Amino acid sequence: MPVEYPKETPSQTAGPFVHIGTMPTVAGFRGLEPELGQAIAGPACPGQRIGVSGRVLDATGAPVRDLLFEIWQADPNGIYNHPEDPRVRDISQDFNGFGRVAADFDDGAIRFETVKPGPVPGRDARMQAPHLNVFLLARGINVGLSTRLYFGDEDNAGDPLLALIDPPHRRETLVMAADGTAYSFTIRLQGARETVFLDF
Amino acid sequence: MSAPYIPRDRRWHPPAHTPDYKTSVTRSPRLPLLSVEQSLSEITGPTFGHTALGPRDADLIHNFTGAPAIGERILVHGRVTDENLRPVAGALLEVWQANAAGRYRHVNDGYLAPLDPNFSGCGRCLTGADGSYTLRTIKPGAYPFRNHGNSWRMAHIHFSIFGAGLAQRLVTQMYFEGDPLRDQDPIAQTLPDPAALDRLVAPLDLNASIPLDSLAYRFDITLRGRRQTPFENRPEGA
Repeated sequence: MPVEYPKETPSQTAGPFVHIGTMPTVAGFRGLEPELGQAIAGPACPGQRIGVSGRVLDATGAPVRDLLFEIWQADPNGIYNHPEDPRVRDISQDFNGFGRVAADFDDGAIRFETVKPGPVPGRDARMQAPHLNVFLLARGINVGLSTRLYFGDEDNAGDPLLALIDPPHRRETLVMAADGTAYSFTIRLQGARETVFLDF
Repeated sequence: MSAPYIPRDRRWHPPAHTPDYKTSVTRSPRLPLLSVEQSLSEITGPTFGHTALGPRDADLIHNFTGAPAIGERILVHGRVTDENLRPVAGALLEVWQANAAGRYRHVNDGYLAPLDPNFSGCGRCLTGADGSYTLRTIKPGAYPFRNHGNSWRMAHIHFSIFGAGLAQRLVTQMYFEGDPLRDQDPIAQTLPDPAALDRLVAPLDLNASIPLDSLAYRFDITLRGRRQTPFENRPEGA
């Protein structure tokens, strides 16, 4: 018999009213203050300011309009705002790293502003290309979906995670289109050009 | 970098595609998840301090207008530990729920049951050094949803949990002991193993109740633990 450990609490969908507990003003009332994740990088944070926009589509091509979109990223120098990052003492000023965006109830649009993250150390001292870590919650999603968004104007060829994706043409599902300092993405939950989702 | 987290057992969690819960049909990836080793990106994650919370955030009976909400007064309490039974201190728990009538305070909830003017249904708290937490609220009502012709949700409280890193991020629902809708609820039934659903059912906890004031339910939460072996701790970065 293998050694038994207590099992992780099982996941359930966040449901359609996830905003009540996470972004009450989106739900239509003033509740918890401050609302968390409203500034990934404050105005005093150095680095390149960027705008990101996109949508998450279901299998029919319809945008998911009751989605909660969470971002976790490193600062412009590739440092995470977390005690286990060995360089955290050098984290940029006015930088949080965590963001939350609700999809627009009408068209499903997701929009946020942040600073472009720097490359992050990976395993075995291999550098990872700059990326945003993304966590998706919504009605119909039983276990929150994890993925990454990379930048189309960066050299992503050496990124160890992208290199794992086979067939290689699926790598592009994680790469945002670049237009100056504006980046855009489409995440497809299912079907043709389905986005690569991660288990880690 | 510290030891990585123990891999998630995805046969214990609900599968993505659970057709009896209709919304999952178009919102479930059909291609396999890509398994990746954990880097700093997955081992780190958002952390929150007490300054992030308001003084009444954990008291849903009073935290909307100050006047008490209508319904069955309860405490919900428990401990957050990891798979190695270590307490998870400083975990952020965010909760949301319907009121006693099964109605949510949300612009998109059109259920005919009324709102309670003194109940918002949102709250949050941080776990203490021993992983413990306590919330005060009213017991939510069951409510119907458009799934099968006559689908009703068990009474439940939604929980969102931030542990120490992204790998521990978890969103789930707490149910109540003895709920007769258990076998009918298509979302509760997305769990393949009844033992997993048992883990989400909070038992009545009379010892924690406040006499002449509130009943109590106990909901313990387990997050992923970290590997114990000292090997393979490769240097991170330079």
